[in-house]
Amino acid sequence: MPKTMPKTMFEKIWADHVVAQRPDEPIALYIDLHLVHEVTSPQAFDGLRRRGLTVRRPDRTVATMDHSVPTAAGPARGRIPILDAGAAAQVAQLETNCAEFGVRLYARGSDWQGIVHLIGPELGLTRPGMTIVCGDSHTSTHGAFGALAFGIGTSEVEHVLATQCLLQRKPKTMRIDVSGRLGPGVTAKDLILAIIAEIGVGGGTGQVIEYAGPAVRALSMEERMTVCNMSIEAGARAGLIAPDDITFAYLEGREYAPAGAAWDAAVAAWQKLPSDEGAAFDRAVEIDGGALEPMITFGTHPGTGIALGAPVPDPADVADADARVGLTRALSYMDLEPGRPLLGHKVDLVFVGSCTNSRVSDLRLAARILDGRKVSPEVRMLVVPGSQEVKRQAEAEGLDLVFRGAGAEWREPGCSMCIAMNGDELRPGEYAVSTSNRNFEGRQGKGGRTFLASPLTAAAAAVSGRIVDPRTLL
Amino acid sequence: MAPQFTRMTSHAALLLVGDIDTDQIIPARFLKVTSKEGLGANLFSNWRYDAGGAPRPEFSLNRPDAAGAKILIAGPNFGCGSSREHAPWALVDWGLRAVIAPSFADIFRNNALKNGLVPVELERAAHTRLVAACEVDPRLPITVDLEREIVEWPGQAPLGFSVERFARRCLLEGTDELGILLSLAPEIAAYEAARP
Repeated sequence: MPKTMPKTMFEKIWADHVVAQRPDEPIALYIDLHLVHEVTSPQAFDGLRRRGLTVRRPDRTVATMDHSVPTAAGPARGRIPILDAGAAAQVAQLETNCAEFGVRLYARGSDWQGIVHLIGPELGLTRPGMTIVCGDSHTSTHGAFGALAFGIGTSEVEHVLATQCLLQRKPKTMRIDVSGRLGPGVTAKDLILAIIAEIGVGGGTGQVIEYAGPAVRALSMEERMTVCNMSIEAGARAGLIAPDDITFAYLEGREYAPAGAAWDAAVAAWQKLPSDEGAAFDRAVEIDGGALEPMITFGTHPGTGIALGAPVPDPADVADADARVGLTRALSYMDLEPGRPLLGHKVDLVFVGSCTNSRVSDLRLAARILDGRKVSPEVRMLVVPGSQEVKRQAEAEGLDLVFRGAGAEWREPGCSMCIAMNGDELRPGEYAVSTSNRNFEGRQGKGGRTFLASPLTAAAAAVSGRIVDPRTLL
Repeated sequence: MAPQFTRMTSHAALLLVGDIDTDQIIPARFLKVTSKEGLGANLFSNWRYDAGGAPRPEFSLNRPDAAGAKILIAGPNFGCGSSREHAPWALVDWGLRAVIAPSFADIFRNNALKNGLVPVELERAAHTRLVAACEVDPRLPITVDLEREIVEWPGQAPLGFSVERFARRCLLEGTDELGILLSLAPEIAAYEAARP
């Protein structure tokens, strides 16, 4: 029997999903799960209609509404009217499309509505070894389960709806090994911000990242999702973490997870997924997990993370001309002085939410800081649970009472201020500490200024009215 | 219906900023649309218009020289961030057919090719020479030839660039990618039959 080459987890999943490999064409890759939301799907469904096509696998297609939905509390699970005409039309169009094409939709008012990258795992739809796509770049989140999950554009949404396949060129691979263990007050969010700062916003372009090492193994599923979520911010195609007992324990018993004999068979198959000993990656990076500190971004892309106590970089110290120009521009937009740490910088708004950090463990971290304290009178704090399920769990644990008691707003699920499409937004010039994933110019509102950080750092800023090290409040 | 591109000659608009993300190309508040048309009016909106909605005269795409440009010259890592295909739709609706940059983000590159917007990756030194030539002559006619995979302008010998083979063929032939996928119906059925 010839000895086979050791394979990476990515290669195993890729090979298992090749439908066709015609000469001079990219391979056709089968997609196990297609997640859909209201912003990137209308034109795709229209395309199907124009060609007289149906959705090939409605049973592998799941939709929700998240980007444009209001998060203000209201009756009947927040089904308040959407005031923006465009957003209302999009949401209505999604309802029409799902009804017409037979796609399961977790609409507002449903027990399981929420941000698309939360509901997949919650429902047990996201599983190891799968290929998963969505018209949203944070689809990389699902890689936490050992799935190959990536974002696609609306044309590709149409392709998947029609054929359940995509034409794909095989990316390269990168392995990121995180040694040691994250210290007290250092979270998965700080880890991924440190990784992106290390490899850069273009560092992962053309590659699929596998996160490995003892610090990664020690993360919970929710923490793994935070890490994989921001893989796209490093330019990576996808990010994966090998499944293990922590993964299986999370999935067991969920609504669409296999059960009985099928569960045992699934686990046996999943246990074969991790990368083989000696499998080769195109690039390897090492991160010392034990040396990490709480992070915060200072600039206008997610690669600008620095340790909380570190000084904002000075353009005068930057050799590369382009990088110097970019840094000067960012400092001007953010109105920051180089050479000083961000500690003590005033804050106008704190947002705890987004597909990066809106799960119940994230809310528990924020609640730890807020318990027995008050949000500073100069700060507006929004806490937006990522899904109805997170909201239920949080309320069962009394976290909502902690948030409200401290003077924070406890909201309905949705993408909210991460993308500011639903009326939750910054005013020009306002500074926010945000647990979301992007600090681009105007991302959270035209002229808004975003500091990305962990739920601990965000909550600490809310209480202090300024950026502070959360470890001083723990 | 599928876009077609062979070659094109045009002057360029310059936006020499690195890491231009798709939130700058088309801010999220303009994504509340159910069609692909009309996004050109909101291209680079946050940079292009002042607080009152009037065009900023100093923004490069607002300058008279840029009018009618089919080429945009930008800095590295163009199109990073969100996967929104609205970004190439907005660029194309404004009138652009090619972007020349030292590098592109993956999802954007893929989306652009599907919409007849050619991402031309030019290595640094060549990019710098092109920018210098445009600064001397803002109406410099630049040719992007997808068939020969070259870029040239007066006084510059043809410079090679590379577009992934299949994407190039689809653009040259005006091939509909969904048509190709639909033609794989037997293989897809066989794959599904083999997996419960």
